[in-house]
This record gives sequence, C-alpha cells and structure tokens, in this order.
Amino acid sequence: MTTAVSILPEQQLAVLNAAYRQAVGRRRLRVLVGAAIFAVALLLAAIGAEVNLRTLFTYFGNFLSYFDRIFTLDSGQRVWTDAGEWFWGWRKWLKMLGETLLISYVGTLIGATLAFCLNFFAAENTSPAPWLRFVVRRLLEFARTVPGIVFALIFVIAFGLGPMAGVLAIAIHSTGALGKLFSEIVENADMKPVEGIRSTGASWLSCMRFAIVPQVTAGYASYALLRFEINVREASVMGFVGAGGIGQELVVAIRKFYYSDVSAILLTIIVTVFIIDISTGWLRGRLFGREART
Amino acid sequence: MTKPQAVDTRELRARYPDVFDRPASARLATPAMIVAAFAIFVYGLVDLDFSPSRFLAGLSQLGWITLMMIPPDPGSSLPVYLKALGETLSIALLGTTLAAVFALPVSLLAARNVVPSKLLRFPVRRFLDSIRGVDTLIWALVWINVVGLGPFAGVLAIAVSDFGAFGKLFSEAIEGADQKQVEGIRASGGSPLHEIRFGLLPQVLPVIAGQVLYFIESNTRSATIIGIVGAGGIGLQLAEQIRVLEWQKVSFLILMILVAVAAIDFISGKLRFAIIGKRAVA
Repeated sequence: MTTAVSILPEQQLAVLNAAYRQAVGRRRLRVLVGAAIFAVALLLAAIGAEVNLRTLFTYFGNFLSYFDRIFTLDSGQRVWTDAGEWFWGWRKWLKMLGETLLISYVGTLIGATLAFCLNFFAAENTSPAPWLRFVVRRLLEFARTVPGIVFALIFVIAFGLGPMAGVLAIAIHSTGALGKLFSEIVENADMKPVEGIRSTGASWLSCMRFAIVPQVTAGYASYALLRFEINVREASVMGFVGAGGIGQELVVAIRKFYYSDVSAILLTIIVTVFIIDISTGWLRGRLFGREART
Repeated sequence: MTKPQAVDTRELRARYPDVFDRPASARLATPAMIVAAFAIFVYGLVDLDFSPSRFLAGLSQLGWITLMMIPPDPGSSLPVYLKALGETLSIALLGTTLAAVFALPVSLLAARNVVPSKLLRFPVRRFLDSIRGVDTLIWALVWINVVGLGPFAGVLAIAVSDFGAFGKLFSEAIEGADQKQVEGIRASGGSPLHEIRFGLLPQVLPVIAGQVLYFIESNTRSATIIGIVGAGGIGLQLAEQIRVLEWQKVSFLILMILVAVAAIDFISGKLRFAIIGKRAVA
C-alpha cells in the first residue's frame, strides 16, 4: 500500500515557511539575549570571586595529589594495607561519632517538640488569631533562614564551648524547618473532625488534641526522621566552630595535615551518614506502611 | 423514631478480638517507644553536659547579646560588607554554574535510558553518592589547602559538592523523559548523539534549568557559611565580627544576609516561572 504525501502549492507554503522562520527566529533571539546576560553575570561573578585560572591550573595537581596523600600512611604505604594503623584512633573517633549522633538526636527532638507546639498557630486553618499566625510564621522563617552554624557561632559565646551550643543551634534550625512542614500538614488535614468536636462545646485545645493530632502524627514522625538524617550531616560539621562532635577532630586533622586521619574520619562520617539514611528510610517506610493499612 | 438497639458487647468482643483485646505487644509498642526515645534523650542531655544552671546562665548571656545587637549598625565598614555580599553572590552563581556544566555529561552516564549497562552505571552512581556524602564545609577546607584562603576556594567547594547533587537530580530528570521522541529520532536514522541532542535535551533542559536556579538560591545560604572556615564572602566578615563581639555589626550582617536571600528567592522564583511556564515548578 502506498501513501501519497500531499504537498501544498508554492504560495501557501511560502507564507507558512515565513511564519515558521519568524517564530523560530524570535525564540532564538530570546535565548541569545538570555545567554548574553548570563555570560555577563558570570564574568562579573568571576571578577568578584577573584577567580584565577592560573592558580587553579598550577594547583589542580595539588588537589589530585591531596587525595593521593590522604590515602597514604606515614610509612609511605597505602592506607588499606594496614587498617590498624589507618584507624589508630578509632576508640576516640567512635566516641566523638556517638557524641555527634547524640547532638543531632537531642537537637532534633527539642526542635520537633517546639515545632509541634508552634505549628498549630502557624497553620491557616487552626490558628486562633491572624496576628498570632503572622508573628509565629515570621519567627519560624527567621529560625529557618539563618544557617545553623551561625547560631552555633553565637551560642558558643553565650553557652561556652562544647556540644550544648551545637544541640541548641540544631534545635533552633530544626524548629524553623519542621514548623513550616508541620503546619503544611495541618493545613491539609480534614476539618470535619474539628467541627464535630467543636459542636460538642470543646475548647480549642481539645479540638487540636482529638481532631487534628490523630490525623497528622504519622506525617510529623516522617518529617522528623528526615530532619534527623539532615541533622546528622549538620552535626558532623558543628565541631568546626567548637560546638562539639566529630567535626572538631576533622578540622584539626585537615589543618594540621594529618593526612591519613583525614581519610579515616571522612570515611567514618560517610559510612555513618549512609547507615542513618538507610535505617531512617526503612523506619519511614514502616511508619507509612502501618498508616496505609489501618 | 427507633430506639437505638441494645448492643451485646460480649458478643462483639468475641467476634472482633483484634479491636477489643489487642495483644499486649501491640498495646505496649507505642508507650515503649516513647519511653525509649525519652530515655535516650535524657541520656543525651547528661552525656552532653547539659545543666539547668549552665542553660540559664547562657540564656541570660544570650539576652544580653540580643540587647547589644540593637540597633543594627555597620559602623564605617558598610562598603566592605557590600563587597563581601557581592562576593558571596558571585560564589553561589559561579559554583552552581560550574557544577551544572560538569554534571550534565556525567548525569547522562548515570541515567538508565542512556546507559543501559548496570555495570557501567553503578560506579558512576556510587561516585556521585560519595561526593554528596561530604559536606560543603569540608570541601571548602580541602580546597583552602589547595588554592589558598579566599573566595576562589569557596567557588570550587560549592562546585564540587553540587556536582554530586546535580549528577543525581539530572539523571533522574533524564530517566523521567519520554522515550518516544528518542525512538522517533532513531527511526529517522539519527546517531546516539543525535538522540540525546534532539530527543532528550529539549525535554530535560527546562527541568534542569529550574533545578539550577533553585540551587543558586540555596547556595546563597551555603555561600554565607563557607566563609566561616575562610573561603571568602560575607561569612568571613560575620565570623570575624562574632569573634570580636561587635554585636551591632553582627546583627547588621545577619539582616543583610536575610534580605539578600529573600531577594534571590524572589528573582529566581520569577525566572523559574518564566522558564518552566505554567508547569509545576520542580
């Protein structure tokens, strides 16, 4: 079977072709202008950030050899040939790692509790007063936007060096992030139970407790676990500013050029983060799985 | 009206044992979990040297610091701070762009519909995973060792750590692309490179552009903190002013950061909308 392809007469084709060319041309021009603006922005940024390609090319070898060096023991052998020598400080590092995990656990729990208390005031559908909602929302925004490590820097001065400053910094940052997510869950909750409970003459507090909370706990737990995962990473660098955890060991190792220690500590952190990721993922799956069944 | 029927609870109890007499293990699970969580919490407080007196002393110190912060005042160093803020924005823009440029080809290697061989994809994916596992601050410290103190180290740190994130996100976007257009190109005799250029890229570029813009936004935040370890930008000024207890300058710097982040949020939101159009913003 043959199919005939119909070709339009010349004049009609010319009009269509011109229209097509014009449409494509306009789009190309727009992309070109966008690209030019972007290129100028990049150039300005490169001057602003003191980019020096010669430095990069001169020292790029250093970057590669850095990785060569951190995988070499003092004796000149590769690290994996002598695990005992590589992880010579494992007792100390494991203890610091435990401290890091505790910092993120306690910080997440405090942050989640505060977020739990505040989020009902921030949600559109449950907030008792508009001005209260405005205040709580701005407060959460502030806690979320200022980076955790800036809080840590200030808290180290107020509360002294040590893990306490790290815990509080993580707690505040988590309050901001979780408060927003929690209030979004509440906004998606079904309002019919609230009406039902309010019709019995219950107070605002009882409405929240018996109508909203049962709907949202699984979502809260899931977000809190996700936050814990993020906070483990965050806590591993809190030590950089003296707020406890394994970051302290790492920054000393990097600054003092204890090469094989750097790779050992980094590996410990990466493996821990990996394990935490997998186990919280599993736990979240179980929580949501149970929710789906009932 | 019918009177509600009297219910024989005993019969119901016998019929639905799961509801009325839940096994002890199910009834105890939740309280046990709460008790365990609380026990770890208390252990954590003790182990991390929390004490009420220290907490209260710290709080009063913090209140005093807050009082000292008002009103925010840059003193005579406003030009320096503005320059530092420009440096921070430059770091975010350059670092993100570099990361995106290098991540695009690598993400093709990690996408299932471009590289079908699992053997080839696996090492690429693990490589990207391990880059992502290391925090930006750590990369900043490493690059400071290599190219010296300054904003350039910050650019490279953000570029490397975003490279890992972009590689994963881009490859997911590519895997989500429609295969039909690729098949169409192949059917008309296009080479594998033609398939990628004309079949895949037109579909994924808007998604990728949206993600890059989003990362420029979030990197403005990251760029403020890498200064704390010496990699340039406004974080460097912030850390210095905190260490010398110039609280009015500190609060001014924090305000500057908040305003800059809000402005970038606004601009990139508009741009993202313009690029992706009415589709849901990724």
